[in-house]
Amino acid sequence: MTYIRKPKVEYAGQRKNELGLNLRDYEGGLSTLCAGCGHDSITAAIVQAFFELNIPPYRAAKLSGIGCSSKTPAYFLSPSHGFNAVHGRMPAIATGASAVNPLLHYIGVSGDGDSLSIGLGQFAHAIRRNLNVVYIIENNGVYGLTKGQFSASADIGSKAKKGEENRQAPIDPVILALGMGASFVARGFSGDKGQLVPLLKAALGHKGFALLDIVSPCVTFNDHEGSTKSYAYTRENFQEATHMDFVPPAQTITVEQKSGEVVSVRLHDGSHILLRKVAEEYDPKDRGDAISYLQHHHEQGEVVTGLLYMDVSAKDMNAVMNLAETPLSQVAWKDLSPGSKILDEIFEANR
Amino acid sequence: MKPTDTSKPDYFHKVVDCQWACPAHTDVPEYIRMIAQGRYTDAYMVNRESNVFPAILGRVCDRPCEPACRRVRVDEKPVAICRLKRVASDLAGDYKDRLPKIPKKKNGKKIACIGCGCASLTVANDLMPLGYEVTIFEKLDMTGGLMRTNIPRFRLPPEIIDQEVNDIVDMGVDLKLNSEVESLKALLDSGEFDAVFVGTGAPLGKNLEMPGRYDTEEIFVGIQWLESVAFDHVDSIGEKVVIIGGGNTAMDCCRTSLRLGGKEVRVVARKPRNLLKASDWELDDALEEKIDLILNHSPEEYVIEDGKLVGVRFSQVEWHKDEKDGRLKSKTTGEVVIPCDSCILAIGQENSFPFIERDIGLEFGEWDMPVVDKTTFMSTREGVFFGGDAAWGPENIIWAVEHGHQAAISMHNYCQAKSMTDRPAFGMNLVSTKMGIHEWQYSNDFDPVGRRLMPHVSLKERFKNLDIEVELGFSAEQADEEVERCLNCDIQTVFFAKLCIECDACIDVCPVNCLTIAENGPEEELRQRLNTPALNMEQDIYVSEDLPQTKRVMLKDENVCVHCGLCAERCPTGAWDMQKFSLKIPYAGDGA
Repeated sequence: MTYIRKPKVEYAGQRKNELGLNLRDYEGGLSTLCAGCGHDSITAAIVQAFFELNIPPYRAAKLSGIGCSSKTPAYFLSPSHGFNAVHGRMPAIATGASAVNPLLHYIGVSGDGDSLSIGLGQFAHAIRRNLNVVYIIENNGVYGLTKGQFSASADIGSKAKKGEENRQAPIDPVILALGMGASFVARGFSGDKGQLVPLLKAALGHKGFALLDIVSPCVTFNDHEGSTKSYAYTRENFQEATHMDFVPPAQTITVEQKSGEVVSVRLHDGSHILLRKVAEEYDPKDRGDAISYLQHHHEQGEVVTGLLYMDVSAKDMNAVMNLAETPLSQVAWKDLSPGSKILDEIFEANR
Repeated sequence: MKPTDTSKPDYFHKVVDCQWACPAHTDVPEYIRMIAQGRYTDAYMVNRESNVFPAILGRVCDRPCEPACRRVRVDEKPVAICRLKRVASDLAGDYKDRLPKIPKKKNGKKIACIGCGCASLTVANDLMPLGYEVTIFEKLDMTGGLMRTNIPRFRLPPEIIDQEVNDIVDMGVDLKLNSEVESLKALLDSGEFDAVFVGTGAPLGKNLEMPGRYDTEEIFVGIQWLESVAFDHVDSIGEKVVIIGGGNTAMDCCRTSLRLGGKEVRVVARKPRNLLKASDWELDDALEEKIDLILNHSPEEYVIEDGKLVGVRFSQVEWHKDEKDGRLKSKTTGEVVIPCDSCILAIGQENSFPFIERDIGLEFGEWDMPVVDKTTFMSTREGVFFGGDAAWGPENIIWAVEHGHQAAISMHNYCQAKSMTDRPAFGMNLVSTKMGIHEWQYSNDFDPVGRRLMPHVSLKERFKNLDIEVELGFSAEQADEEVERCLNCDIQTVFFAKLCIECDACIDVCPVNCLTIAENGPEEELRQRLNTPALNMEQDIYVSEDLPQTKRVMLKDENVCVHCGLCAERCPTGAWDMQKFSLKIPYAGDGA
């Protein structure tokens, strides 16, 4: 947290995107999180991704539940839509919003408490429905807002600030999502924007549920020695399974990018991602292999990152349920409410 | 790139753009903060230490600090540094008891200064407190030199000169007015003085020889004419006046003409506006007084009819760059006679050393100028020093002051038989300004307010009298707003690499995106790789030691940092700190 507002300074050489906006136009209010919180870095990465994708801020809807993570939508994209739901219920709101307006970019920000404890059921069903949302879990392994109790993602043996060890097995949202059939699964680290920003861009280009589990150290309650979610531990055990470059829709892929072990995947919005395997035996298209690879490396204390699995062929909820492509806000009133006579006919038909 | 070496004062000094640009290294941000706190007397004394004449310079300084001001790179208009200096002097209380103490017991060494201008006075100011006995010889019956004779009273009132000159004279200087030194040889031969300082300025205006030059009495040389006005020897001028030249003297001449009866006053210059030597603000002030500025006219002839000046004939010229040597060449496109009753020549000034014999071992070089060592300020004759315009030709007051300081260091070392080439070194002090979790000893919030305009006496009033000072100075309230524009560049962003956990908090919060953590590399390539590419090559990149976790480096482009301190407020480990940088400027008697 800081005391003075980040001042608006216009200076020569400021970058502008294709909409004529600068980075600052994608920011939000003053963060009241602890200084050095990983969440603030994720906020900055979201700002950068939207800025570089030239998405008008008002074409986004940001959704969240409760927790430190769920405060962060206030800190980016001020001129966008948003809804702060009750604890763990963000997916329900996202489902409803997506059903009535499929044209917005939905970005759900949640935490390990909000998604893996109180909201686990909602989280699972959002995956099952392949809801078209970028679902971010700002994962720090503790309940920061209530002063540092272990969360459901804390690893066995990870130490709390005062020294006690966690003995319960963690829920790994990445493995959970893979098991549930998620169509886009990735893990990032708040301290590595070079990897995180392309992941966010790819997730925004993916039509369907895009899970981004982001290790986001709690600088106040979980950044000490013995923690497995600290800056130092994550950097030491950081293991990139795949390296990804993002190529926006209008840009062609260069010859250099085509060479070698690179796989190009076309996303729904026309952009491409170029995947380069870093780990020899890793295949981001094989769900089963991905799960066993992740489990194996997690046992060795490694934090496997990158775009871990994707399936561009899966249909999202709106397609499966054959929902209207036009946002309800743009449908004429008489079509939305055809009158009691039609209603009676519907009732009759179902009698 | 190698980690930035901040152990020497130069790196942080350069970050304080105004102080770096000031020849005398005035601690600008420090005195501006004092003004903000209402500590006007303290602000005056901070100024006086380095520039000796805050009240004078607060009005007429050439202000090299202002174009350098970081605020120019942020929102185009610099902080009104010069005007704030005047605020410090206008509102200062009695500071007499804070002037340097003069020892009763003298050190037995005697110094002669020739000319009572700013350079000589600075020498006296620096040497009197060390026990020297200083004598100043002045040919006129007034102190102040060109400050008094060449700067019109409506820009610099005589009382102001008296006040600051007397502060020095009252230290016990033996001031000899009406005492022209006619022979340097005789002065040296008298054996009365251990060292001599020549601070005689550049007192001659340049003449312009053209047909008709001596056929009328109505052609004046600007410098001499201004001097005559200052002495009340001249109190009128023709109704139509042509001033030839485009420098600050031309501006003073045209504005003085308006006050002595000139009605149609034209400044005619050979060059286009962007090549005029006049400072922007002096030009603006002249234009405000409805001076007619005529550009690209090259003088050819004084037009005399019946022994009376009726005009000056000019060629109209166009300028283009020569393809071969890249120099500006002119092409005549026509000609015109500009009618006038009087003509003032303001095309430059020259040195004059009629009192220096050429056989006393004092070598003269190019342009008939004495050969003066750039480091020691000593001529080829031992014990004779030069400074101000007398050393290397016309400069400005603040340079003359700095020459005075440097010459005083040499003269002290010379008199004490110490090396003059081993100059005492600059020192520095860095102190954290952190007071509480989000509290600093300076006002760190960026204020987007624009530059305050200097209030002027109305156009109706100001021409009534030569003595009416045009600029009114800022009131305390106006100063209060202007001081907040200062970006506190002396509050340095100091980084401790070993504390950094690379959480990116500082990078995310920086309002001007000037921080980057990246792999190290060669400077040229690294400048391109920063979050905002660093294209201003005059501004340095601050490079940290390797960071503990990833061995990358923290990089900061100094170019547009607004010193808001948010990086330090956001840093969870205190790796960034905002530290007040104070430059320790060596003066005579300091160091070795």
